[in-house]
Amino acid sequence: MSKKVLMKGNEAIAEAAIASGCVHFFGYPITPQTEIAEYMAKRLPKVGGVCLQAESEVAAVNMLMGAVSTGTRAMTSSSSPGISLKSEGISYIAGCDLPCLVVNVQRGGPGLGGIQPSQQDYYQATRGVGHGDLRLIVVAPSSVQEMASLTAEALDLADTYRMPAMLLADGALGQMMEPVAFSAFPKRDLPEKSWATNGHGFKRKKNITNSLYIDPNVLEQTIIDRYAKYAEIEKNEVKYEEYMTDDADIVIVAFGITARICKSAVAEARRAGIKAGLLRPITLWPFPKAAISEVADHAKVLLSVEMSMGQMVDDVRLAVNGKRPVHFFGRTGGVIPSVEEVTAQIKALAENL
Amino acid sequence: MKTVFERPHALSDVPLHYCPGCTHGIVHRLVAEVIDELGIEGNTVGIAPVGCSVFAYNYFECDMIEAAHGRAPAVATGVKRTHPETVVFTYQGDGDLAAIGTAETVHSATRGENITVIFINNCIYGMTGGQMAPTTLPGQVTTTSPYGRKRSIQGNPIRVCEMLSTLDGVALAQRVSVDSPKNIIAAKKAIKKAFQNQIDGKGFSIVEVLSTCPTNWGMTPTDALQWLRDNMMPYYPLGVYKDAEALKDGE
Repeated sequence: MSKKVLMKGNEAIAEAAIASGCVHFFGYPITPQTEIAEYMAKRLPKVGGVCLQAESEVAAVNMLMGAVSTGTRAMTSSSSPGISLKSEGISYIAGCDLPCLVVNVQRGGPGLGGIQPSQQDYYQATRGVGHGDLRLIVVAPSSVQEMASLTAEALDLADTYRMPAMLLADGALGQMMEPVAFSAFPKRDLPEKSWATNGHGFKRKKNITNSLYIDPNVLEQTIIDRYAKYAEIEKNEVKYEEYMTDDADIVIVAFGITARICKSAVAEARRAGIKAGLLRPITLWPFPKAAISEVADHAKVLLSVEMSMGQMVDDVRLAVNGKRPVHFFGRTGGVIPSVEEVTAQIKALAENL
Repeated sequence: MKTVFERPHALSDVPLHYCPGCTHGIVHRLVAEVIDELGIEGNTVGIAPVGCSVFAYNYFECDMIEAAHGRAPAVATGVKRTHPETVVFTYQGDGDLAAIGTAETVHSATRGENITVIFINNCIYGMTGGQMAPTTLPGQVTTTSPYGRKRSIQGNPIRVCEMLSTLDGVALAQRVSVDSPKNIIAAKKAIKKAFQNQIDGKGFSIVEVLSTCPTNWGMTPTDALQWLRDNMMPYYPLGVYKDAEALKDGE
């Protein structure tokens, strides 16, 4: 299927997962991502898969854990409050070294918050999803096409590194429609799942899926080993896009839907004679630290633009490490910043260069 | 010389961590004997809980998964739905199954998940040192009901088999005990039926096993068995609460 079809972002995630052999889905309805479950419920019975609506997000993520324990590709999706509920299970999945895909189509918080798009779960996704020392691979699409291609990529990354991957989108990307093609997602050579708990058949020793280690020295070693794997990922899997950064005095760092708005603002600023550029992290973890540090060598000032009160800006500052000033602009609670607002921010910075 | 008694193959050859007089060992053995007799070790996946039997993944020779507290039936659902050819059982205590995991228990039961649940009811939280369980009896003293469980304060205990017997997805809900050889034989029969039901595709099967916790009850093992007979059996009567086939599409 190389031709493009017009689709909602949420539907593109579902179709891309199916195209990537992920035909087991466990979820619970929550706005603004419910189309994923609805699409799965329609399609999966026809391709020999299972879409199961759980009694809660907690149950859904544990069904996911059972499914992926057997070596089967599987996923769940939710939106911000639901991801908080799934965090326990994600921690267990990480502690058991199991691959899976978790989709978060973010909405405004805290609490019940609202149903409009946000990027307020950046900390949660990159720092604090569940208890314990753990990381998720976090990919952040900024178009419906990327909702599809990064779904395929996240499933492969999870299998490659045997850990949970999260696709961090937002309600705008989930709900908007754009043309999308499902052809030619690059495929990786994936490792055998010899660890699967799917019945030993008297052909191998029994497998155990477990995250409990009573001896602290043993537990510490499992974490150290996992962090060695994380270091490999930081080395090999960083993805980002640069737009007009080569000669830029002012570089915006933004991801997801916000990056698209910022791209328009950069173009607007260029028309006004301001040398602006954009660096868009595609992987939020691993974060493009080196690329941002490099940009900070020639840019005069950086600006992190987010749909939050400023979360990723911490990572930008760590990457810049004091070389240049790092500013922040954001709208939160479900409000999307406008091109005009971001352009005004760029112009204000340009005046003080 | 003819061997008349030996360790079941499905029971791992390792020392169990359970306290002296605890009945977990008996139930482990019964489950393992049933797995052997049905010849299903190779395609069985067991789900261990959080609680005293948290290390059950070390005690059975089939593939094992250690679930989060209360979530074993959801994990079992994920295994069974992706691999319907496997035999999936959970082994859970009263806190795990009837408190924190109540939603997972009730909904996997009413969906008619084709799984087997072994439920150990000993009226107390053992692993954490003797706190009140959802099944702690009225008047029973625990570390968190030090003046005895009062209905007006800590509320009433829950009768799991009675509750689940009302659900269309349940094939078997049976309460047994392992306080005597006669009851142990009956318990094994029930456990075997709960596994056979799954093989036959009949739906959700649960066997509740009345068990003792001499350590946290503060009794000798024999006194504990007598306490079970005198106090638990009147409140949690043994018997078959449901024996049917889960309702199928169109029924």
